Amino acid sequence: MTTTTKTADATNAPTAGETVLDARGVTMRFGGLTAVRDVNLTVNSGEIVGLIGPNGAGKTTFFNCLTGLYVPTEGEVRYKGTVLPPTSYKVTDAGIARTFQNIRLFHNMTVLENVLVGRHTRMKQGLWSALLRLPGFKKAEAEATERAMELLEFIGLQDKAQHLAKNLPYGEQRKLEIARALASDPGLILLDEPTAGMNPQETRAAEELIFAIRDMGIAVLVIEHDMRFIFNLCDRVAVLVQGQKLIEGDSTTVQSDERVIAAYLGEPVAETTPEAEAEAPAEEAPAKDALTKDAPAKAAPAEEDAPSEEDADSEDADEEDADEAPADEAPAEDAPESSDTPESSEDTPHDPASGKENDA
Amino acid sequence: MTTISENTQAASVAKRDEATGLIGFLPAKAARALVLGGSVLTVASCFLAWTWTPTFPGDLTYYGSPAGLQLQVLVLGLLTALFALSSYGVKGTRWLTPAGADAAVKVAALATFGTTWYTVAAISISLGGPVNLEPGGAIVALTTLLTLLGALALPFQRPSVHPVDPEDTGWDQLKHRAGNGWTAFKGAFAATGTARKLPPMHSSVEILIITGILAVALGVFTYGVGTEYDELFVGFLITAGLGFAAINKSGLMQQATQLTKKHQNLTIAGAFIAAALFPFTQTDDQYATLGVYILIFATVALGLNIVVGLAGLLDLGYVAFLGVGAYAAALVSGAPTSPFGVHLPFWAAVLVGAGASLVFGVLIGAPTLRLRGDYLAIVTLGFGEIFRIAVMNTDGTSGPDITNGSNGIASIPNLNIFGFDFGAEHAIGGFTIGRFANYFFLMLLIMAVVVLVFRRSGDSRIGRAWVAIREDETAALAMGINGFRVKLIAFALGASLAGLAGTVQAHVTYTVTPEQYLFAGPIPPNSAFLLAAVVLGGMGTMSGPLVGASLLFLIPNKLQFMGEYQLFAFGVALILLMRFRPEGMIANRRNQLEFHEHDETPATPAKAGA
Repeated sequence: MTTTTKTADATNAPTAGETVLDARGVTMRFGGLTAVRDVNLTVNSGEIVGLIGPNGAGKTTFFNCLTGLYVPTEGEVRYKGTVLPPTSYKVTDAGIARTFQNIRLFHNMTVLENVLVGRHTRMKQGLWSALLRLPGFKKAEAEATERAMELLEFIGLQDKAQHLAKNLPYGEQRKLEIARALASDPGLILLDEPTAGMNPQETRAAEELIFAIRDMGIAVLVIEHDMRFIFNLCDRVAVLVQGQKLIEGDSTTVQSDERVIAAYLGEPVAETTPEAEAEAPAEEAPAKDALTKDAPAKAAPAEEDAPSEEDADSEDADEEDADEAPADEAPAEDAPESSDTPESSEDTPHDPASGKENDA
Repeated sequence: MTTISENTQAASVAKRDEATGLIGFLPAKAARALVLGGSVLTVASCFLAWTWTPTFPGDLTYYGSPAGLQLQVLVLGLLTALFALSSYGVKGTRWLTPAGADAAVKVAALATFGTTWYTVAAISISLGGPVNLEPGGAIVALTTLLTLLGALALPFQRPSVHPVDPEDTGWDQLKHRAGNGWTAFKGAFAATGTARKLPPMHSSVEILIITGILAVALGVFTYGVGTEYDELFVGFLITAGLGFAAINKSGLMQQATQLTKKHQNLTIAGAFIAAALFPFTQTDDQYATLGVYILIFATVALGLNIVVGLAGLLDLGYVAFLGVGAYAAALVSGAPTSPFGVHLPFWAAVLVGAGASLVFGVLIGAPTLRLRGDYLAIVTLGFGEIFRIAVMNTDGTSGPDITNGSNGIASIPNLNIFGFDFGAEHAIGGFTIGRFANYFFLMLLIMAVVVLVFRRSGDSRIGRAWVAIREDETAALAMGINGFRVKLIAFALGASLAGLAGTVQAHVTYTVTPEQYLFAGPIPPNSAFLLAAVVLGGMGTMSGPLVGASLLFLIPNKLQFMGEYQLFAFGVALILLMRFRPEGMIANRRNQLEFHEHDETPATPAKAGA
């Protein structure tokens, strides 16, 4: 598994732009359940990176690790070279903003107030300034309001600035959440299923919006289930299955990867893996027989939900066996980077290789 | 079969287009005439004698001079008559009902009926039978009843209801029909439209109107505080409550809100001036006492509103911070029973009191504010008790001698600021201003500070952060808000405001004892009443806790006869209010939408009134 990950990394290494987000060996365990295991992911500036995977693959958990809502059990997350603090508000302050899978607006605040709350970290006026109305206060408030109105104009909600957030239609609530995140002037924005529950028109509008955000110079990392959306949008796509990164690459690479298809169709990974792994170095070749873009999303079966521990164990073991082969076959693809992990198993929770990075 | 017939009837109600009255047998024109005639007669019969003996308080035996409860009925009768005239579209009265007259007429008629029949019943019961009514009493009872019947017969647009499902069980059908009846009943009293916009006026005219509104408010408050006997106060509650509702239905209240919102600062300043005029309306210090206690209670409630209403932190031990402030001020007041022989000037005592509360606020808040919801409530509840018991025990025998235990610190001297002795009477412009009136002014000043703090902090970066934390803490953290820090600021700020009020309270009451600072008790302020004042009045609003605190102080104070049933009645009132108006008596727009999201949204979304 690790090796294939590296393969993908290596292919995409030359992408332009400075590295905005650099997650190394992120592992998140809840008791005995490993929700995210040793995931490496980089996002460069000016890039839209997609994160896909079946339900329960650990995408949102990984997001929460990135934004400080969870402290990763192992691994570290760097933002523009500095290790991120493990607190949610400090992460936002550093420059990573996010939206939530199930909309979490401040329902009983107005649309404008919601965006102003997003502006919180970029204002410095404290209680005394507010009470005594110190000189800078009015100016700062006016500036913040102006910036918020700009953002509302950007998403097209300027006319509803005084409405309560809860009274907006669903699609506009999603947009407002994005505007609220943008208000903190982030360098990277994490979108957790921005088109969930949207109709095709709205999805297309969201796509335009995300391109526009990218054009503002903000890197985007997006979780999505809608394959057509994600492959249209993203420069790179990473696939997360059962907490592990299966593959990362451009859309054609990912779409044609049999393991991805297998994961989405719910076939037992064990049966297909050896072949898939064998073909892995020559991924482009079998692209022809790949499924249509959005079919896997629809076909994502219920049995993929929330991997239980037993599942994780058995799958893990199977994959370990399978991993041996390609590791030997394609040693050249191996990234020179760190975390060239020997086979980690559930029985040894403290993986020595990842442990060295466990300073976050 | 019965079920089928019921069903068709219900269906016909649902689809009937033409409006009918709640009472069907009167044609609309006759009903309207009846309302007008009845209300005019009501007004007239207020000038008759209602009873033969002056034993009934208020002496309703005179012809030609209404007194006591008669005055209240007179005002309500006039209001009904005016609304009825306005419903006819009589020139010069149309401005009274900018949101349609019928609903206002109905509520006003109900108010008149309520107060009158309460009076008549009170006379009959206290004097031993309806024979004690003079003809005037009987007439007014009849006219108000007729007025009410007429008002109920006024046509209204019936809300569409779902017909009864004939396959339901009998009990379900009954419930359903009761529900439909209730919907229709509510529909009868629902205002038909939103108030039309005020015509453009010169701002001086607007200010004049605001002054008038404030004068009326002062008058109502003064009247309520000055009610001398139970019957009059109960009548006042009915009159003021329903009369207020009638004015609200007429749309005048909406227009007044538009005006006051436009001149918000001016209105607040005016309200303070009106409040400052209150002692001048009194001939002796008796009601200024009530005034100053109400102010203390209201100030603390407003401080609690920052913690509970804005930041959403349920603090059940808030009165302890009032106690900390009061004790701190008492200890440095030079009281002979204080173990510290210091006598600080007032400004220093204020700093000490507020500072001590602040320190305690931070001490309690720092470890507990990492908790969410219920846990915080439990810890603060515990802190309230710990404060009381600690003060009890630091009496020199069970602990160090600091607070004199249950005896408290007595004989706290009166304040003396710049030579102005708060204990003495002063003559200002021919009015004698007594001790409590002096403190009333001081307390008013402190309340002004708290109002300023509430307004300014609420409308700023930190205030938005509080509301965001209240709404969704996780999302607020993800927006870069340091939740713990922001909550601690709210908690500490609320605590120091309570301490501020406590410093004055110590001087007003002469004595501070641990028993003044209970979690729950019959006398406000205590933590439960403070919370109730905030919730009843309206969380997150500025005027809500003030109204709530006034009512919660006045009602137990005036209705002595309720005695031990007071807390029971209080509980019932709380349940009823939460059932029918969960956003509190004064709702800001946010809450109104929060609790009544299925109702129509207001046409003009304005900024939430804080």
